[in-house]
Amino acid sequence: MEIIMSILAGILFTIGIYNLLQKQLLRIVIGTALISHGAHLFILTMGKLKRGAPPILEYGISEYSDPLPQALILTSIVISFGVTSLLLVLAYRASKENNTDNMDQLRGNENE
Amino acid sequence: MLFAVFIPLLIACFIPYLSKFKDKIHTGIFVLFVPLAIFIYFLQFIGNNFAPFSHNYSWIPSLNISLDFYLDGLSLLFVLLISGIGTLVTLYSIFYLHKSERLGHFYVYLLMFMTAMLGVVLSDNVFVLYSFWELTSISSFLLIGYWHYRERSRYGALKSMLITVFGGLSMLGGFVLLTIITGSTSIQVMISQTDVILHSPYLPLIMALILLGAFTKSAQFPFHIWLPDAMEAPTPVSAYLHSATMVKAGIYLVARFSPIFTTYEWFFIIVSGIGIVTLVWGSYMAVRQTDLKGILAFSTISQLGMIMTMLGFGTKAAAFAAVFHILNHATFKGSLFMVAGIIDHETGSRDIRKLGGLMTFMPISATLALFGTFSMAGVPLPFLNGFYSKEMFFETSLHLNDATLLIAEIMRTGIPYLAVFGSIFTFVYSMYLFFGTFTGKNHIDELPKKPHEAPLGMLISPALLIIGVIIIGLIPNIVNESLLAHAAQAISGEEVHQHIAFWHGFKAPLFMSLIVVIVGSILYVLRNKWKNTYLLIPGKLSLNKAYNAILDGSEKYSRKITNSYMNGSIRRYIALIIVAILIVTFTTMFTTNGFTIKMDDLAEVTAAEILIAIVMVVAALGTVFARNNVAAILILGVVGYGLAVLFVFYRAPDLALTQLVVETITVALFLLCFYHLPNLRPRTESVKTKLVNATIAIGFGALMTMVAISAHSSKWFTTISDYFVENSHDLGGGDNIVNVILVDFRGIDTLFEIVVLGIAALAIYGMTKLRDDKGVE
Repeated sequence: MEIIMSILAGILFTIGIYNLLQKQLLRIVIGTALISHGAHLFILTMGKLKRGAPPILEYGISEYSDPLPQALILTSIVISFGVTSLLLVLAYRASKENNTDNMDQLRGNENE
Repeated sequence: MLFAVFIPLLIACFIPYLSKFKDKIHTGIFVLFVPLAIFIYFLQFIGNNFAPFSHNYSWIPSLNISLDFYLDGLSLLFVLLISGIGTLVTLYSIFYLHKSERLGHFYVYLLMFMTAMLGVVLSDNVFVLYSFWELTSISSFLLIGYWHYRERSRYGALKSMLITVFGGLSMLGGFVLLTIITGSTSIQVMISQTDVILHSPYLPLIMALILLGAFTKSAQFPFHIWLPDAMEAPTPVSAYLHSATMVKAGIYLVARFSPIFTTYEWFFIIVSGIGIVTLVWGSYMAVRQTDLKGILAFSTISQLGMIMTMLGFGTKAAAFAAVFHILNHATFKGSLFMVAGIIDHETGSRDIRKLGGLMTFMPISATLALFGTFSMAGVPLPFLNGFYSKEMFFETSLHLNDATLLIAEIMRTGIPYLAVFGSIFTFVYSMYLFFGTFTGKNHIDELPKKPHEAPLGMLISPALLIIGVIIIGLIPNIVNESLLAHAAQAISGEEVHQHIAFWHGFKAPLFMSLIVVIVGSILYVLRNKWKNTYLLIPGKLSLNKAYNAILDGSEKYSRKITNSYMNGSIRRYIALIIVAILIVTFTTMFTTNGFTIKMDDLAEVTAAEILIAIVMVVAALGTVFARNNVAAILILGVVGYGLAVLFVFYRAPDLALTQLVVETITVALFLLCFYHLPNLRPRTESVKTKLVNATIAIGFGALMTMVAISAHSSKWFTTISDYFVENSHDLGGGDNIVNVILVDFRGIDTLFEIVVLGIAALAIYGMTKLRDDKGVE
C-alpha cells in the first residue's frame, strides 16, 4: 500500500509542478495546493500505514499508529492553508491592479 | 620602526584640520617634516658595518600574522628613496599646487601612500606586506584620479586600479601557497627554507602568481598599459609614484624573493625575458610620444624592464647593478618629471611639438634637464650616474650563469644584443626629450602662457636630485659599501663587494656604450626618415585596445548571460530550480545507490483505497484541463476531500477533521476570488513548451516517488513515537496523543503556526483594505 501511496504522492507532485509552470496566476495557486496535498501524503506514508489503532489512548490497546507524522501534517495543513489564502488574495489583487492574470505580462521589464 | 611606518598615516588624520588655514599657510609645509624626519631617522643606519635587524609587534597571533618589520640593506635603500624623494616631492608640490586646489585631499592621499610604501618595503610578514601593497594600489588610484572632474583622470585611475589589484590578488594567492608549504608567514623564514619550496610541486604556480603581482605593479610588458594613462595625475604624483617608488614595489618584490628562486632556471627565463621585452618595447614606444610625460612614462617602463632583466640574471654582479640602477633611476627620473612639470606650469603645454627653444627662457630648467636626460641616455661622462649602471648592465649581460635549458641558452646569447638595441632607443628619446624641448626655434605665440623661469622653490627639488646624480657620478663609491653592497647582499644572499669605476679599459661594455651613442646619434638625426616603422603594427592591435575590449567585452557578455536566464518569467525560474533539484538529487542518489525497494513490511492493499487514489488522480488531472473556474475549484476540492478520506483510512481522525474543514474553507475562498477573476483560458503555449513542462513535472514526480519508496524501504532507526505513546497520559495528561504532541511535547511549532495564520490574516486584510486610490501611474 505504501508503494501505491508513494506513487499517488508523486502524481500529485507532477500535476502540481505542471500547473506551477503555467502562465495563469490561478493555475499557479492550484499548483501550490496540489503540491501541499502531495507533501502531506508523502509525510503520512513515511510513517507506517495502518498499524494499530488511531492514536487515542484506550485501555487494553498496545498498538497505535504513529502519532508524530500526524502532528507534523496537522501543522503543515494549517500553514499551507494560510499561504494558499494569502496567495489567492494576492493573485486577485495583482490581476485587478494590472488588468491581467498572465504571468508573461506581469514581468518586471525595467532591466531589459 | 612601527612609529616610522605609521606616522604619515597618523599625521594624515590631522591634515583636514590643517588644510583649513591653507590661505594663510600652504598645507604642504606641515607635511614636509614628516618624510624629512623619517629620512633622517633612517640615515643613521647607513654604514659599512650595518647588520639587519627586526622589530615584531603582535597583530593577529591566531593566524600567525604579526607586524614584523625587518630592516636590511634592500629595505634601507628603498626606505631612503621613499622618504628622501617624498620630502623633495612634497617641497615641489608646495609650489606646484595652487592654494585653490583641494590640498587636504592631496596630502592625505600622499601620506597614506607613504605609509603604505614604507610598510611594503619593511614588512617581513607576507600578509602584512600584502595589506600595505593593496593600500598603495588604493592611494595610487586616489592620486591618479585627483582631478576627478576630468574624464581621462578617471579612466587612468580605474585602469591602474584594475590592473594592479588583479596582480595584487594573484600575489596573495602565491603568498598563501608559500605559507602552506613552509608553515611560516615570515619572508626570512621562507628564504631559509628554500629547499622545501624548490622541491614543492607548486613551485611554478607560486612563482607565476608572485611574478604576476610584481609585473603588474612594475608596469612590465604587457601590463605596462596603465602607466602612460596614470600620467593624468598631478606631476608631483607622477614624479613620486610613477618613477621613484610605487613602480619599484614590483622590483622590490622580485628582489626580496630572489634568494628563493634564483637557482630555478625558469625564474631567469621569465623575469629576464619579460624584462628585456619591456626594455625594448618601452624605449621603442617612447620615441613615438609627443607628450613630455608620455615620453617619461614609457621611459620609466623601459628602465624598469632593465632593472627587472638584471634581477633575473641572478648573479652577484647583476644584483649589485640592479640596486645601483634603482637608486640612479630614482634620482634622474624624479628630476625629469619635476622639470616636465615646471615646463607644463610655465608654458601651459606639455606637447613637445609646440615646445622648443626654451633654453633662453628657462636656463636653469634646461641645465637640469640636460643632466637628467644625458644620465638617462647613459652618455659616457664621469659625472653622470646613469652611465655607470648602464655599463654594469652591459657587463652583467655578458656574464650570465650557464644555462641548461635550450630557451635559456638562446636568451643568454640574445640578451646583450637586445640590451644594446633597447639602449639605442633610450638614447634617441633622451636626446629628443632634451633637444626637442629646449633647442630649435620657439613657438611662443602658440603657447598658452608666456614662458619664463620657474620660481626658485620649485627648482630646489629637481636641483637637489641632479646634484645627487652628479655626486654619485663623480664619487660613485660613497654609496657603495655603505648602502648598495648591503642591498645587493640581501638579494643574492651572500656578501657582495664590487668596485665602481668609470674606466674599465677597452673592453666589451665600453664598445657597447660607444655603439649606443654613435648609432643613437645617427638615428636621432634621421628620426623623421624611420618614423614609418611605427606604422608596421596597426593601431587595432595595440594593448590598450585589447584592454578596452576585455573590459567592454566582459561587461557585454555578463549582461548577455544574465539577460539570458534572468528574463523575468517566473516559469523559467521555477523550471530552472526544479531541474537543478533533479540533477543534484538524482546524481546523489545514483552515486550512493540510494534507490532501494523492499517489498516486505507493507500494509495490505484494499480496493477502497485504490478507488480513492484513482479518483484523486483523475481529479488532479482535471485541474490541468479545466476551462471553467467553478469546475476547476470543485475538482481541486475533490482532491482535498479524497485526501481527507485517506486520512480516515489511515487512522488519523484529527487530520481528517482538519483537512475537511480547511478544504471547505479553501474552496469557499477560491470561489470568492475566482468569481472576480477572468476565466481560465485554454493554454496558448506551443507543443514544445508543453512537452518541456511535462518532462520537468514528470521527472520531479518520479523523483519524489522514488525517494518516498526508498525512504520507506530503508528504516535505519526505530521510531521515537513510542515515547509519546507511553508518556502522553502520564506526562502530558491527555489521551489524544496527536493533540498532546501539538500543545505539549512540541508546543512551539503550534505557537508559530498560529503566528503564521495571524500574519496571513493581517496581510490579507492589508491587501484588501490598503489601496492606491489615486490610480496607478
